[in-house]
Amino acid sequence: MVQDTTNNSRLIKLTVNGVLYERKIEPRVTLVDFIRGELGITGTHVGCEHGVCGACTVIFDGQPIRSCIMLAVQADSHSVQTVESMSSGEQLHPIQQAFWENFGLQCGFCTPGFLLTVQDLLSRNPDPTDTEIREELSGNICRCTGYQSIIAAVKQAAIYMRQE
Amino acid sequence: MKPAPFDYYDPDSVEEVLDLLQQYGDDAKILAGGQSLGPLLNMRLSTPQIIVDLNRVADLEYYKSDGTGLRVGAMTRQSTLEDDTNLRTTQPILAASIPYIGHRSIRNRGTVGGSVAHADPAAEWPAIMLALDGTILIRNTTGTRTVDASDFYISALTTDLKPDEILVEIQLPNWVKTSGWSFIEFSRRHGDFAILGVATYLTIENRRCTKSRIAIIGGGPIPIRTSKAESMLIGETISDELLKDVSEQASKELDTDSDMHASADYRRYLASVLVSSALQEAAARAGESGGQ
Repeated sequence: MVQDTTNNSRLIKLTVNGVLYERKIEPRVTLVDFIRGELGITGTHVGCEHGVCGACTVIFDGQPIRSCIMLAVQADSHSVQTVESMSSGEQLHPIQQAFWENFGLQCGFCTPGFLLTVQDLLSRNPDPTDTEIREELSGNICRCTGYQSIIAAVKQAAIYMRQE
Repeated sequence: MKPAPFDYYDPDSVEEVLDLLQQYGDDAKILAGGQSLGPLLNMRLSTPQIIVDLNRVADLEYYKSDGTGLRVGAMTRQSTLEDDTNLRTTQPILAASIPYIGHRSIRNRGTVGGSVAHADPAAEWPAIMLALDGTILIRNTTGTRTVDASDFYISALTTDLKPDEILVEIQLPNWVKTSGWSFIEFSRRHGDFAILGVATYLTIENRRCTKSRIAIIGGGPIPIRTSKAESMLIGETISDELLKDVSEQASKELDTDSDMHASADYRRYLASVLVSSALQEAAARAGESGGQ
């Protein structure tokens, strides 16, 4: 529970991964802190907290955004999807499968942001070149893999997605 | 929780926004896309008492071409313009420069008005506005006024906007078919703020340059045009020798300091190289499009 220290909370309603939530929240709470701290949905990670690393990427009204530099109150009456929306828990999403097969992660901290960014990339560009993949992923920072395995994973993911 | 406490208003009309600004003046900070203000709030470099969020003002999210040119509402997202393939022919420099703004997830949220009004000298929009002779439509409770981009940027992160005013629209004149342009940025990684960038715009008639604009990204505390270098081109035929002199002059007009990313000398050197390439490219494009 994110504590209200200023007594100016307001009631917000938003849909996260298809579920409607209603909470009272201080205006200064960021969207990512709300999702993790208030809703307990912790797949979204908080890295740099100033919009640089991409770890906190979520899908807001269908578009990837950085949830560490957006306020939770701004999501009132909107819809958010986090990495948890990609799979039911039984079977990996094809993009997750491709990351797993190609060692597209080691510690996994950056992975939720990468997965959602790749999902958006492949929806706009189903067969990206290496250069396009590098450009599109340049806003997501990974300190483990050296990115080569992530590029390979995205190319594999693109093949899986086109087969679907 | 990173930001300091503030009171939050998210009105859904421009009139309500203006009333709030009149009431709170300097205590209020406008939140547009939040891609610059968000980090500033999190780091508590900015601790406004009041935030007036424009994100529910649907009337500010539009863009349209009319007889005079392109008009873009302040809350139009960068990615909205990025995805419009028509702009590649109607405003080619715009189409070429928008992908340089941060990353896709930044452009999905970031707005045109926010970028123009934030006045970051390393940002793309202020340079585009300067290179294309853009104008800025401003409103307060008593009416509207327009300001030329070249008069809008006053000092570091400070514009001509008064505390009770908001930027409602930016306007770019119709693209002159026979003109040439170039947009070049140098940065370590794609999506980073440029160490230096250049936007150029030229019109050429009867082999002589009739109009020239050279706008520099990251060349000092405010977005600038190198006006002396620009005037050296007027009435002249573009030649390698001339471009060498013009680009050297442009680099002298920078008002730059050294920082962790680059020394002032390196930035000046980069400016002369990039201005020369950008003018060459602009002249070639002007030639291809019929400007001779």
